[in-house]
Amino acid sequence: MPAYRIEIRVVPRRGILDPQGKAVADALHSLGFPEVTDVRVGRHVVVETRAASADEAQRRAAEMCERLLANPVTEDFEIEQVVEIAAVSAAAHG
Amino acid sequence: MKFGIVTFPGSNCDYDAYHAVVDQLGEQAFYLWHKDTDLQGADVVILPGGFSYGDYLRCGAIARFSPIMEAVAAHAARGGPVLAICNGFQIACEAGLLPGALLRNASLKYVCEQRHLRVENVDSRFTSGYTAGQIVRIPIAHGEGRYVADGATLDRLEGDGRVVFRYVGAEGGSDERANPNGSLRDIAGILNDKRNVLGMMPHPERAVEPIVGSGDGLALFESIVGAVHA
Repeated sequence: MPAYRIEIRVVPRRGILDPQGKAVADALHSLGFPEVTDVRVGRHVVVETRAASADEAQRRAAEMCERLLANPVTEDFEIEQVVEIAAVSAAAHG
Repeated sequence: MKFGIVTFPGSNCDYDAYHAVVDQLGEQAFYLWHKDTDLQGADVVILPGGFSYGDYLRCGAIARFSPIMEAVAAHAARGGPVLAICNGFQIACEAGLLPGALLRNASLKYVCEQRHLRVENVDSRFTSGYTAGQIVRIPIAHGEGRYVADGATLDRLEGDGRVVFRYVGAEGGSDERANPNGSLRDIAGILNDKRNVLGMMPHPERAVEPIVGSGDGLALFESIVGAVHA
């Protein structure tokens, strides 16, 4: 069964106060980036897994997000990419 | 009456809960391990404070899937009382026993101090020992205690009288300084729809004798005993 690396982004829902993002925005302003208008800090989760296909891996990852990786009350998630790992290492080794 | 206190890896208020129940209340208590699958006859379950599973991912997110939680959920579904304190409150929300979620304090600071709460509803098995509107002093100790839920949920909680504790100033008034974490509507403690699960961020088990600064939490435990014996 092929192996996949799935990259998942979990971010605080719009409209929910993100004090961490606000602190980072304030720090960026202090460092000379006054153009920054908003920062939101979320979480990047990388899952390596096995699945019959990329579609199957994607579907299972969505289930993982719904059950554990994101809290539907406060967070949204996005499955950014599903990469077959063997293909990646083959490419890396040229 | 038997209190079952769940110990998760990382729980650190399980002993305080035990002390409150056994030494101050004079009732029986025993610890339930997170891998246990039954409540060993507990009449009341306490989900104590701490940092279960290191609070990795999100507070309570991993503890919620501990084997014992199935038994706790079944107990709650039967109408059995569950007292979920601090990390226990976070776990109960993650488990869907209570609505909403607890997020990082708006200040980003961990806050550990005595706070004033107003008892908003004494018509519950957790608060019958208080008088309506009573101001009590109970300590808080948390970095992620900002209660959030959508507007409809908040309205329902308020309308049903399920907001039982609110952060207030020493005189009982609400203002920004009285709220230590940015909780919506200054919420410090709520009940589930069947009113047998109480979740609260403050620690009543750490306020059961004057020598530690307040004995105001004891009435909460006495209320539970009174309700179950009634």
